[in-house]
Amino acid sequence: METPVEFRPGTWCYSAAPKNLKALGLPNPREWQPTDEDWKLPENWKKIILKGFQDRLLKYRSFRLFLDICVRCGACADKCHFFIGSGDPKNMPVLRAELLRSIYRKYFTTSGKILGKLAGARELTPGVLKEWFYYFYQCTECRRCSVFCPYGIDQAEITMMGRELLTLVGCNINWVLEPAANCFRTGNHLGIQPHGIKDMLDFLAEEVEDRTGVTIQVPINRKGAEILFVAPSGDYFADPGTYTCMGYLMLFHEIGLDYTWSTYASEGGNFGLFTSHEMVKRLNAKIYSEAKRLGVKWILGGECGHMWRVLHQYMDTMNGPADFLQEPISPITGTKFENARSTRMVHITEFTADLIRHNRLRLDPRRNDLLRVTFHDSCNPSRAMGLFEEPRYVIQNVCNHFYEMPENTIREQTFCCGGGAGLGTDENMEMRLRGGFPRAYAVKYVKEKYGVNRVACVCAIDRATLPPLLEYWVPGVGLTGVHELVGNALVMTGEKDRGTDLRGEPLSGAGEA
Amino acid sequence: MNPGCSLLAVVLLVLIALAGVGLGGMDIIFGIVIPYAAFAIFLIGFIYRIVKWAGSPVPFSIPTTCGQQKSLPWVRANNLESPHNTIGLIGRMALEVLLFRSLFRNTKVGLKGMRPIYGGAKWLWLAGLVFHWSFLFIVFRHLRFFFEPIPEPVNILTALDGFFEIGVPELYLTDVAILLAVSYLFLRRVVIPQMRYISLPSDYFPLLLILTVTLSGVLTRYFFKVDLLRVRELSLGWVGFQPTVPKGIGLPFYVHLFLVSVLFAYLPMSKLMHMGGVFLSPTRNLANNSRRRRHINPWNYPVKVHTYKEYEDEFREKMKAAGLPVEKE
Repeated sequence: METPVEFRPGTWCYSAAPKNLKALGLPNPREWQPTDEDWKLPENWKKIILKGFQDRLLKYRSFRLFLDICVRCGACADKCHFFIGSGDPKNMPVLRAELLRSIYRKYFTTSGKILGKLAGARELTPGVLKEWFYYFYQCTECRRCSVFCPYGIDQAEITMMGRELLTLVGCNINWVLEPAANCFRTGNHLGIQPHGIKDMLDFLAEEVEDRTGVTIQVPINRKGAEILFVAPSGDYFADPGTYTCMGYLMLFHEIGLDYTWSTYASEGGNFGLFTSHEMVKRLNAKIYSEAKRLGVKWILGGECGHMWRVLHQYMDTMNGPADFLQEPISPITGTKFENARSTRMVHITEFTADLIRHNRLRLDPRRNDLLRVTFHDSCNPSRAMGLFEEPRYVIQNVCNHFYEMPENTIREQTFCCGGGAGLGTDENMEMRLRGGFPRAYAVKYVKEKYGVNRVACVCAIDRATLPPLLEYWVPGVGLTGVHELVGNALVMTGEKDRGTDLRGEPLSGAGEA
Repeated sequence: MNPGCSLLAVVLLVLIALAGVGLGGMDIIFGIVIPYAAFAIFLIGFIYRIVKWAGSPVPFSIPTTCGQQKSLPWVRANNLESPHNTIGLIGRMALEVLLFRSLFRNTKVGLKGMRPIYGGAKWLWLAGLVFHWSFLFIVFRHLRFFFEPIPEPVNILTALDGFFEIGVPELYLTDVAILLAVSYLFLRRVVIPQMRYISLPSDYFPLLLILTVTLSGVLTRYFFKVDLLRVRELSLGWVGFQPTVPKGIGLPFYVHLFLVSVLFAYLPMSKLMHMGGVFLSPTRNLANNSRRRRHINPWNYPVKVHTYKEYEDEFREKMKAAGLPVEKE
């Protein structure tokens, strides 16, 4: 605490508006900002925090263990993208954890109570809460530190606990809570109502017809479909996600997939993950309940990062068992997705890679020849799922020019975009640009070496946060989802001469299929 | 300040042993009471910490996946970095505990102008591995003080340790190795600025304690050449619960013994418990099969959700106007 926290512009996110807290039933809704001197905490805030701490120590082995066994070896220290980009020592994962650990020692360990500062313990004051707020909203829960820690101490867990504690006294950020409140009411983070979703999907279908000459229907809320498709809302709302969405629509049409979208479960993402464990469960429940209502056999999930952390590691435990669904089998190839036997939800790149492997798609990779592509492994599919080869297989079958970024920046060592976990907001731009600095320079490397001009990814937050990052650090490199590339290369039955890609830009000189 | 406090503490401990036995003649206390008490604290404390951790629930399956998951049959899954079954899990844990897999992966980052550069950083891994394995060998070697007759494996290990037959008494390779490794581990905490910034007294203290334990052991064995037969009489007395303190065991031994006792007693209360904790870490000891097999949360409780009925009640008219199917007309 010798270095007090300074809320400089560009380094923090606006606090959550009271209406969003009220919508979710969260405590202490009020008008305040982190730059205020008085954060208007409840009278008994200290007791609330300490009780919350105690509860979580009892409920989560990870919390207690990670606070106990850190030996401060320093392996994690320079692994965090925020530390690399800012040089702020409290962004070293080991010290970010010490922010909580020092309170743990003081109030929950005998050595801390007796030895005090010598044991690394400190008093819980409002200044400590401010420090927590500043630094736990400067961690994108990317888990990179956990890869290098000898015991796998996961700062993402600790940040999640820290944010839960802050939420107990009403300190959270709007960029997380507003989407969460929207998601609770309308089923998606953007608050788009059912007719709005239909309009957007129909519009994208028209765009597809424009580019390909093929008329497609978009099934929505259709009972009795075989598969429920759930995508992040960013994909039907904003570019470049919309091009990825067009890719989905084209793919599903071409293979004749019996599927449906849902307006109630119109969001795969889950900003509850950045609020509290309870909120994850509350927001995620809709996916299974909608699958049950529509009577589908299994669920297909779109390209989204933290969505898959939730779906892969939390959903079955929280909202399962999904005994009203069946073990997923691809209706096109007959492949049994045994790794999803219980949760019954399959990642779209697992699905598409399987299709390509069985030669069920007619593809012309030459259509992507103007693109020199690299793949950005998103944090959660990498370190909370292990999805590495599937998207690469898809990309390499739809593009001729693919290059990997340097080894220490991809796969399980991948660097976050700097805007995950609810930090991707504009008032936080300086920290985003700093946090994304290692990733951006890795892109710069392949741009200079191989002429890479497009970064592909399977994450909707990346698709929102990487464009400004690339514009700042590596101008001239664009961003794409993997299924946009699939859409470009997909040879559809009855299609016209494809003179342009999905963005309306001209294809390479060849142009025809 | 931090290293200074720890150094002071260790020096104090040495002085206590020297004064207690050398001046006060309290060899019963330092030779019998303290070792028994320290071992009891160690045993009870260790078990208590492990039980406390093991007794806390693991509500969610959160392994950190460092390799390809098992998905499609033709995609080569990495069963050691992202285990999908028990064998992989045991393999991953073994690699971690025996070969310090994660530390081996360590990199360091530097800035060349504006450009971040990454390179391997394996010295910490090497020092850590050498330190821990030497420590294990040394503890194992010391078992000859607690068994009569001395078990054959202990003899074999001791012979291997003194392989080069340098000097009399034989120089043990592990003594050299551990001194080098502990010195490196300590020095990096003092020399590297980031390490200095993050280290607490409780980080310097165990290193200095172990260093002093080793040094006192080296002095006891090689320089003061304490009578080991009398030491064995003492230690076998402990094991048989008929302790006696033979006369004439040199002071250096008592310093060594006292410091070892302090280490044993200190262990359960400190970060040295990482020894047991590593096996219980949910990010390393769970298989990455959470979509294949449902992980149960023992304290799962129902929460307030927004049901489809509530959703449709709010938007029914708009849905109908847009031509979307509804449950209730």
